[in-house]
Amino acid sequence: MKRIEKKHPLAIRWFHWINFPVLFVMIYSGLLIYWANDVYTIQAGQKIFFKFFPDGFYKALTIPFRLAQGMALHFFFMWIFFLNGLAYVIYTAVSGEWKYLLPGRRALKEAWQVLLHDLYLSKKKPPLRKYNAAQQIAYTGIIIMGIGSILTGLAVYKPTQLYWLTKILGGYEWARGEHFILTIGYVLFFCVHILQVVRTGWNNFRAIVTGWEVVDEMKEEETILVDGIREKVSKQAE
Amino acid sequence: MSEENSSGKDFRKNVRRKSLKSFAWFFLFIIFCVAGWKWLMHQPEEAGALKPLRTAMDANEKIFSGVFSDSHLEPTYPKTSAVTRVRVNGNYGMKSDLDTAAWKLLVVRNADITPIADTVEISLEEIKKLPKTEVVFNFKCIEGWSQVTWWGGVKFSDFAEHFHLGTKSGNAPDKNNKDDLFKYAGLRTPDGEYYVGIDMPSIMHPQTILCYEMNGRPLPMNQGAPLRLIIPVKYGVKHLKRIGTLFFSDSPPPDYWYEQGYDYYAGL
Repeated sequence: MKRIEKKHPLAIRWFHWINFPVLFVMIYSGLLIYWANDVYTIQAGQKIFFKFFPDGFYKALTIPFRLAQGMALHFFFMWIFFLNGLAYVIYTAVSGEWKYLLPGRRALKEAWQVLLHDLYLSKKKPPLRKYNAAQQIAYTGIIIMGIGSILTGLAVYKPTQLYWLTKILGGYEWARGEHFILTIGYVLFFCVHILQVVRTGWNNFRAIVTGWEVVDEMKEEETILVDGIREKVSKQAE
Repeated sequence: MSEENSSGKDFRKNVRRKSLKSFAWFFLFIIFCVAGWKWLMHQPEEAGALKPLRTAMDANEKIFSGVFSDSHLEPTYPKTSAVTRVRVNGNYGMKSDLDTAAWKLLVVRNADITPIADTVEISLEEIKKLPKTEVVFNFKCIEGWSQVTWWGGVKFSDFAEHFHLGTKSGNAPDKNNKDDLFKYAGLRTPDGEYYVGIDMPSIMHPQTILCYEMNGRPLPMNQGAPLRLIIPVKYGVKHLKRIGTLFFSDSPPPDYWYEQGYDYYAGL
């Protein structure tokens, strides 16, 4: 039997989808700013493996000579990014959603199993919870990264008035580097996120738009049963 | 069996109906975002910036100048940390020749009265007679680079105090009488090609100096000799080189980079 089951509250769907275009504008305007002093590379000694960013990349995205516009966009959309993030954190704290999101004590071990499963190295299925441990770590981590972006951003934006913050973060140059690394982190998160959404399929994606999922009770029981047997077998083997 | 089939059909129908409703909202939201962005990009410009963004920058200025404090100092470094090869970035307003021996700073005490009458000329010797202040700090360019540099000159607040400048009454500035202070100071190169406007709290900040020395030696020409502004609480664009005129006003003075779409405040 199939049934409809509530998954994502309306508020969380709004926060998620507002964040998507806003973060996009923050990263794009950030690139417009970064271009004016694009000093970061991946290198070992004198050997440069990658330059952030190649000229073709800038040209394709029409980035050069738009510093003023980049700053204007960045320092407007930063408010929406901040307020939306703050509202999300307050909502999850008050509504109790945090219980699904915060990793538990055995999260690392479980996340490792999920990783092995997702890389097709293990057949043991992730537990049937709203979020498995890998998701919990990712979704909690991204919030910590968001806080990090706000703090490092403020340290670069107002390094005199917030001199203590800039100092804690290792000084002006370091804070700028940290702000940049966090942004690269978002891009990597985004890539994995999209990959996982595609892999998990329509039912899962639909839930972040509609709020509900179709649950197949037969399959659910089957999975639990099969997992249960597998666990028994593995225990007996020990 | 037929019962189950019909309930399965109903279930699928229900799923489709509920999905359609949500996705209609979802696509509305996407359209709203795209239209909002297009609307923003097609807004008229004000001083080189899209109007809504200009409004946001001005609002940011209100917020961040509201929490500005004189007691928050830009961290300073020992003189040995200062670089010897100081970056030269831009020569706006310095393309013509200048007779430094004949140079005098023209000060307009009150630019809000027209025609401009109340002016003073101050020579470099007079400025150098005031107590010297040195600052070694991380100079920050709006482009994103920074450099620890060492500058020497006269604290602007000492200068204003000595010459009784920046006040409507013509008295020395008094911290307890803020109404007497002008809201802004404006600076211009002698040829008028480069100009900046600075809010009064920032120019009166204890680390702001009228600078005539760099690395313990006279200021080089390409760094703005004979006199330049060093104002650590602002981006480099505000550190005007080769000051010709200094004036005080209650309305924001013209600002070169503001007109190119940058934030007027540019405060750190």
